[in-house]
Parts: sequence; C-alpha cells; structure tokens
Amino acid sequence: MIMEQLLITIVLVALGYFFGRRAENKHIKSIIEREAVMNQLPAMAGRFPPQNGKYHQQLVSGSVVIANDYFKTFVAGLRNLFGGKITAYETLLDRARREAVLRMKQEAQSLGAELIFNVKYETSNISGQYNKRMPVIEVHAYGTALMEYSTK
Amino acid sequence: MFISNLEIMTGKKVIKHLGLVQGSSVRAKHAGKDIMAGIKNMFGGELKAYTELLHESREEATSRMIEQAESIGANAVLNVRYSTSSITAGAAEIYVYGTAVILDNLGD
Repeated sequence: MIMEQLLITIVLVALGYFFGRRAENKHIKSIIEREAVMNQLPAMAGRFPPQNGKYHQQLVSGSVVIANDYFKTFVAGLRNLFGGKITAYETLLDRARREAVLRMKQEAQSLGAELIFNVKYETSNISGQYNKRMPVIEVHAYGTALMEYSTK
Repeated sequence: MFISNLEIMTGKKVIKHLGLVQGSSVRAKHAGKDIMAGIKNMFGGELKAYTELLHESREEATSRMIEQAESIGANAVLNVRYSTSSITAGAAEIYVYGTAVILDNLGD
C-alpha cells in the first residue's frame, strides 16, 4: 500500500516535471516575443497623465489564473523544511504578472491607446477545495489607457 | 459613464464629488470545473475556466458600481480600485470601489 502511494507520487512528480517544464519554457518564450512587440506601448506607474487636452482615457485590465505543477509543489514542499528562496514559485509569479500585463496592453492596443498610466497589480490565491495544497494564483493588472482624440 | 483609476480626467474639470461607490460579486467555482482544474494542476499552466470566471465576476462587480454611480447622478467614476479575496475554499469575492464625480463638458 505504501509502495503504491510512493509509486503514484513518483509518477506524478515525473509527469509534472516533464510537462510542466515544457509548458513553462514555451510560455516564457511566447512572453518574450510578445513583450518585444508590445514595448511600443509603455505602461507606467505614474499617477499624473499629460494635461494637454490631447487624450481621453479608459480603464483597461488583464488577468490570468495560473496553476503550479506537481513537481514544483513537491520541490517547494521540500524547500519549506530548510527555508530559502523558492525559485519554482518565483518563476510562476513572474510569468503570471507578465502575462497579465501583456493582456492589459492588448486590450489597450485594440482601443488605439498610446500610453497606460497608473498600473496596479493585484495577486490572490484562489485554490479550490479539491486542491488546497496546490496553489492556484490569479494576477490582475489594470491601468488607465490614454487615447488620442483624433484616433477615435 | 467614464471609469478610470487615475485621480483626474485629462482635460475635464470635476464639478462635484459625490463620494464612494462600490460593487461586489461573489462567485463560487463549479465543482466539475474545480476537479478538472485539479487535474490540470498536475501539469501546471493556465486555468482558462477560472480566468473567464473571474473576468465575468469582475465585470459584474463593475456594472454594479456603475449602477450605483448612475443612481446618484454621477457621470464618471475616478480612482477605481479592485480587490480580490478568497472567502472560503472555492469562492472568491471581487470588490471594486471608486469615487463618483460629476465632470463638466463631457459632450466633446
């Protein structure tokens, strides 16, 4: 019985490692590609937009719900014993934030925006009742897109 | 209705502040979806069903806030903030609040 459980855990960790890693590498690659394109639309944390009457503004947002894979959760569980930095979670949150901002920028771009001001992030853990130990994280990014009047 | 998370509206003047308006929405996750998400959890990656669920929930909260702002005669909501909290396992609350204001010359 114990052997069986051990075997299941090992299989899950191995599956998590192979599929999770492949998915992560693919995601990071796609983020870097899209960021290079989206860099022409700067998003900033400034609170005071240019007051020259050239722009009108609208709220834009982007969000993503992202889950950890079994391997990372396993590694993080081990790391919890000794303390120290948990790289597995760092990359997870980094990917989620960048994806959320990219989605926000996409929405802004479809409106013809030139700038995004006052960008805020919001992170929350929404793990369900069937998977309490496995973190499910939502990142929501929102800001104010400024569009030039003539483009409207 | 203009919504923005800046404190000002560029090129417009605030005539009157009407105070805080808010909207919230609590959504539970579908048990079936939750189990599917649990399977997805083994391999990691985005849980699209949840992304959509929270997006809908956020839109509902925002529309409730707009309703409230309209009922007190505002034509814009400034300084909007969102917050999310998971109340119990399986349910999330989305809360949105902002300052209702009346802006002048919105016509142009």
